[in-house]
Formats: sequence, structure tokens, C-alpha cells
Amino acid sequence: MTKRNAIAILDYGSGNIRSAQRALERVGLDVEVTSDFERAFESTGLVVPGVGAFGSCMNQLRAVRGDDVIRARFNSHRPILGICVGMQVLFAGSDESKEEGLAILPNKVSKLNAPILPHIGWNEVTGVAPLELLKGINGERFYFVHSYATREVPGDARTGISNYGEDFIAALELGSLSAVQFHPEKSGDVGLQLLKNWADAL
Amino acid sequence: MSLATRIIPCLDVAKGRVVKGINFINLKEAGDPVEMAAIYASEGADEITFLDITASAEGRGTTLDVLRRTAEQVFIPLTVGGGISTAEDVNQLLRAGADKISINTAAIKNPELISEIVDRFGTQVLVLSVDARRARTKSGFEVTTHGGRESADLDALDWIESATSRGVGEILLNSMDRDGTRSGYDLEMIRRVREICDTPLIASGGAGDIQDFTRALAEGADALLAASVFHFGIYRIAQIKEALKGAGYQVRESSKLGKN
Repeated sequence: MTKRNAIAILDYGSGNIRSAQRALERVGLDVEVTSDFERAFESTGLVVPGVGAFGSCMNQLRAVRGDDVIRARFNSHRPILGICVGMQVLFAGSDESKEEGLAILPNKVSKLNAPILPHIGWNEVTGVAPLELLKGINGERFYFVHSYATREVPGDARTGISNYGEDFIAALELGSLSAVQFHPEKSGDVGLQLLKNWADAL
Repeated sequence: MSLATRIIPCLDVAKGRVVKGINFINLKEAGDPVEMAAIYASEGADEITFLDITASAEGRGTTLDVLRRTAEQVFIPLTVGGGISTAEDVNQLLRAGADKISINTAAIKNPELISEIVDRFGTQVLVLSVDARRARTKSGFEVTTHGGRESADLDALDWIESATSRGVGEILLNSMDRDGTRSGYDLEMIRRVREICDTPLIASGGAGDIQDFTRALAEGADALLAASVFHFGIYRIAQIKEALKGAGYQVRESSKLGKN
């Protein structure tokens, strides 16, 4: 039996799982790290972390049927939080790789048009529509490390925008799906608050 | 709205204690690394760097422990450098709680290591640490190893070009002439490296006066690393951020959460 309010972090070999786990535990959540399909599917909230290259993340995801579990959860409206490359894999693909993405969201991820890459450091996120994730968080910065991002999402998604060379989507919410391009687990108290906001809304 | 300039305190750690000397000799003890990292994080550090300057086999266990305990309570990016020579070292450090690792000597001995780390863990984990000093090489700057004690017989700019072509995430450019002297960053070196590289550049070595920070940014540095000025309480992080803000640079200000 899965405990109520249990958060699962999808373990598919991505390097930053422990930071996500520590941060979620810090805000008082019951966290399980798992690559088991059933446990990941049944959890109240599923966190999909991700660092590194898009193609290797997709390959590692498929190796543990992570692609299936994310799609299955999306189709049954079970909450998902994608972080960094864990956000990017939700899209149809990336200019970084020939591997296809999950295509839960139609657009592609492409390289930021900026003179110095990666985009590393603390940047602002402004909401076009109020995001659950950013509840009570105004004018704060989050920690980013990435070179690729998306600029377009379906019209019914709520989005938070950042700018580095150009505007890009830094956060989005679409039904039970949430995703952030930055690293809340590395964004100090503000990041912890975002994780708490997500969990509180589950 | 744009990216904030990062201020990064560097903790030189030997046998589990923070030390910082003048030009890497005459080490003078300054504190507990876990406690210092937590204090710097609460004072507005944008990242923390640990440099393991003993980096012996016995020292490695201590570093992993420092890292684990820091990562339990500090939720900002942690970088670790010193004595990393294999992809397996990187794996252990990342598992203990590091977000990035910096390599220097090992990459010079075996440039293939850069590609190996990047392929396995992604470019974002790799900071290329370049300990450079003025010398009669092509660019006027050469690379050193072993904390500045030995010349690597490599021109600094040539090395940075060749290493970045393999895909490093950031460059930590440390002036060995200025390290620990508090006489200012080597501004010419920063400018010359900026001209040839489109990878984020962290300036290091020599910060002393509060103007040194803005001078380094004017030459193209993206982030500023310093040790002595923080450890000995010459400047607080907030004072530096105030100065940068006054000069028109973006900084991350202390969180307003819970203060509305």
C-alpha cells in the first residue's frame, strides 16, 4: 500500500536524485526513490528529475519504463513534477538529440539564443498567469543550469517566463502536470517553498 | 530582468578544516567547513566551492563526509575540486551531494578525462579549473599544477581553447600570482580569456578591495569567487552585492519569503 502524501522520485540513473530527495524531506514530505512502475504510478506525486544530455536521459528513462509511467500518470491526471531535463523530456524532442521525447507536450526544446552558454545561475521567473508553484513567491530568483529550453507550450498551460538572451518557459502547469526548467532543490529557501507549494496542492 | 552575478565563497579544506594561506603556503586555520558553508548560504552566497587541498586518499573520505553533511542543510549548488582524477571520483562526489566538480591537473595529464566526465554526467557538472600565472608563453600566461608549485608547460589560452572544445560547463580562472594576496584579480588575464571563450567564466584569485569585484565583471567575468576576504571578515557577501548593485549589476538579493 502506498502511504498518503507519499512522493516518489523516479530513479532512472539521473545524478541529482539525492538533492531532490533531501529538499523534499526538508519540507516534511515522505519521499520514496523508486524505479518500480507500480510504485511510481501509485504515488500521490511523482518527481521526474534530470540532468545532463537529453538523449541519454531519454534512453535511461526508457530502460526503466519511465516513459510509460510518466505517460500513464499524465493520462490519469496524476500529479507530476518535471525538473530541468525532467521538464524537457515531456516535449516532442530536442535539438540536442535525435532521440524522441515523450511528446506529452507538442513543441520541441531548442538551444537558447545567448552569447554565453550554459545559462548558469540565479534568474527571475515571472508568471503570466498565477502559478500554484509560485504561490507566495514574488520577485525571487531560482537556480538554472541548462543550454536548451522551450519557448512555446499549449495555450491552456499556465507559464512562468525567464529571460537569458531571449524569453523562454521556466515553469509550466497544465492540469496535474507541473514542470520547471530551474532546480528548486538547489534554489535555497525559495526552492524549498516551491516544492512545498507543489506538495500542498496534491 | 536577467541573470544575477554569482558570488561564490571558496572554502579550502584540508583534513576536514577550512584553511587559506598566502599563495598556497603558510596555511592558517579558519573554521569548520560545514558550519561555514551554512553561514555563507544564509548570508547570500549563490554557490559554495570546496577545494580539497590535501586530496590524498585519506583526505577523500573526509571530503565526502563534509559534503554529505553540508548537502543535508545547504540547498544551493555545491562544487568540489582537488585531486579528482577519474570519472569514478566524480561519481562518488556527486553521490555525496556535489552538484559540480572542478578538475585541473588530471585534465592536463589526460584531456580525454574531460570528454569521459562530460559524456557520463553532462557538461553541467564540469568546471575546468585553470591555475594560471604570468610567464613567457605565447599569450603571456601559463598553466600551473599542484597548487601553483609546478609549471604545466602549457600556454593558458591554448589550454582553455582546447579544453572548452571538449565541452566543459564553466571555467574557474585562478590567478596564481594574485591568489591569497588580496591585491586584486588579474584583470588582463580575465579579459584575454573572455575574448576566446563563450563558456561561463568565474574569476578567482586576489579579491581584496570591494572595487575588485566590479572591475572583474567589467572585463567579462560572469561570477566571482573569493576566499580570504570572506573568511577573515573583511567583507560580508551582502556588502559586495550592494556594491555590485550600485554599479548597475544584477544580484540575487536575500529572500523576502515570510517577510511580507
